[in-house]
Amino acid sequence: MKLRSRHLLGIEGLDRSEILTILDQARTFREVLDRTIPIVPALRGRTVVNLFYEASTRTATSFSLAASRLSCGCVNFSKATSSVSKGETLLDTARNIEAMGVDGIIIRHRSPGAPHFLSRHVKAFVVNAGDGAHEHPTQALLDAFTLRERLGSLEGKRVLIVGDIAHSRVARSNLLCFTKLGAKVAVCGPPTMIPPEVEEYGCEVFYRLDRILYEVDVVNMLRVQQERITSSSFPTVREYRAFYGLTVERLRKLAPEVVVTHPGPVNWGVEMDFDVADFSRALVLPQVTNGVAVRMAVLFLLAGGEQAG
Amino acid sequence: MNAENVNRILFQGGTVVDPQKASTRRADVLVVGGMIERVEARISAGDGTEVLDCRGKHIAPGFADMHCHLREPGREDEETIASGTAAALAGGFTRACPMPNTEPPIDTEAQVRFEIRRAAETGFARVHPVGCCTKGRQGKELAEIGSMVEAGAVAFSDDGSPVSDPQVMRRALEYCKAFDVPVISHCEVMELVEGVANEGRVSTKLGLKSGPDVAESAQAARDVLLAEFTRARLHLAHVSARATVDVIRWAKARGVQVTAETCPHYFTLTEEALGEFDANYKVNPPLRSEADRRAVIAGLADGTIDAIATDHAPHLKGEKEAEFDAAPPGIIGFETAFSLGYEQLVLGKVLSLADYIARLTVAPRRILNLPPAAVAVGSDAELVVLDLKADWAYSADRVLSLSRNSPFLGRTMRGRVAAALVGNKLFRL
Repeated sequence: MKLRSRHLLGIEGLDRSEILTILDQARTFREVLDRTIPIVPALRGRTVVNLFYEASTRTATSFSLAASRLSCGCVNFSKATSSVSKGETLLDTARNIEAMGVDGIIIRHRSPGAPHFLSRHVKAFVVNAGDGAHEHPTQALLDAFTLRERLGSLEGKRVLIVGDIAHSRVARSNLLCFTKLGAKVAVCGPPTMIPPEVEEYGCEVFYRLDRILYEVDVVNMLRVQQERITSSSFPTVREYRAFYGLTVERLRKLAPEVVVTHPGPVNWGVEMDFDVADFSRALVLPQVTNGVAVRMAVLFLLAGGEQAG
Repeated sequence: MNAENVNRILFQGGTVVDPQKASTRRADVLVVGGMIERVEARISAGDGTEVLDCRGKHIAPGFADMHCHLREPGREDEETIASGTAAALAGGFTRACPMPNTEPPIDTEAQVRFEIRRAAETGFARVHPVGCCTKGRQGKELAEIGSMVEAGAVAFSDDGSPVSDPQVMRRALEYCKAFDVPVISHCEVMELVEGVANEGRVSTKLGLKSGPDVAESAQAARDVLLAEFTRARLHLAHVSARATVDVIRWAKARGVQVTAETCPHYFTLTEEALGEFDANYKVNPPLRSEADRRAVIAGLADGTIDAIATDHAPHLKGEKEAEFDAAPPGIIGFETAFSLGYEQLVLGKVLSLADYIARLTVAPRRILNLPPAAVAVGSDAELVVLDLKADWAYSADRVLSLSRNSPFLGRTMRGRVAAALVGNKLFRL
């Protein structure tokens, strides 16, 4: 089964069955990752480029690994060492890279819609690896994969996303993805971090964590960006932790089957206490492993590879 | 754009629009030596009279655009006074008031004279420069407003940026009273704005950096109160938000000397158009919600908003063909303004044809103290011929502006400007 679009620009453009197609494909690749030699020849001879305009070691590495596990070539383009610092435009850069002959472009950019813009101007397939505060579809897919692994299905599950909803691409993609998979999603954060009319996503909004935390099956914590601390989104880190942080005290009060996710990197001591990492219900590291499998599935389906598994 | 010199020309068989009396009547118009000589039900063409067949068409005073960007000096790659005024004339605007945010900004008498001289040498429509309120458009010290008025500037604005400091705004309003010129306020509380998209459901969905409507309306409220306090004349540029319309309505009811303009894109488009991240929909202030669009239309209907201006803002393809955040805001507007307003406001039954044309003629001329707009015996000939039944396709190859940054390219529109006469120069369009 194939995806309707040539690109993965966001969860927005995927329907439920396409999401399940990717997740099912990812399950096959997840098994590959446990083999002694975790590599398949599915995309042999293909090449993708990591075009990262924002620093992100994790996501870039995850995509690189996903490509290499599929026997697909992957080159990394980093802003710092390229002509971008000499004023080259995004379109110029992308066209030049494409002219060198690549099948796919994985782009991370601070500007929402940059992958969409690129997809209109290049022949290669485009994967959105995070565009500003808009979407981060592979993060949502790997979160969904991880949750399905633990909970079986997201149908009817209650998911709470906590933190800076306004400036988070993970929040948007996860809201869309979890909702499409049948979960009931709520968001929580200080009103300064809740974007207008977010209810249109079909979610409930809470300003006080303790009013909703103990009623959900999944707690999806978000990273607090450092610049929010200086922009009056909240007064102090201390106060943020007190009202919106997943402290050990709160964690202990959660029902035993409740799980916690975080897209990483965690600001330990801010949105989550250090010791939360020690609880097996915190899925932060399984998320990272699953991320490789999910990105393998995405590259495989978009590049139209033949033999899977 | 080619002009024909016509000494005697008869506009025959058309309907004459009088926007001052809000009326229309069947009449022929004879222009001799650039002056309107006769306006009568039936005039027969004598020898040596050029006849323009206006049957089925309307004849109106030329439009005045009180807010546009001609980019000269500084960005002649985007637009020049020559290309911009040609585009203006093609849209029926026989007068254009360029904003002073050129490079360098128009903040001295010499620069105002430069624009007027360039317009006389190369221009098509007549040009009335708007000068900077403050030196260098920095919002700190008043520019030489009096000298600029003497050179021909008709209003003062730091457009593109607000005058953020309330004391400077107060002084600008007060000082302009000596010269009977309005201050044109670009209302924007910069501290509230993170990016050029309306803060609302669409910015939430697209994750775009945004600014709320209150960034406009809060500044409008401050400025009308300062205008009331100083008893000065204030004009609000490019009104886009419902709350701003309410502020103006309230201020007018209090007797504040405030006028306002909006632009065709604010009553035609909404933020919903941003879905594809196409930077040709990026304007400042941003396209807002359907409720805002309706409020702008209601403001035009009841006269709260006096004038329609284009905010014609040329940018090169290479600048607009970029990720949304990186592209400069602004769209070209001269050549589409009349049709968009005709469709939304006249065909949409908001305004009568004559009332609509008054927003393009009477209102801007009154606000800027320009000669009144009339198709009247003894006045200078400055006429447009309108074909309201024509459907026309707005395509890139017909654009006279040096830039093509319009979200309306490819759109078929109703009502076009068929000809314009400025003095003894006839332009068939």
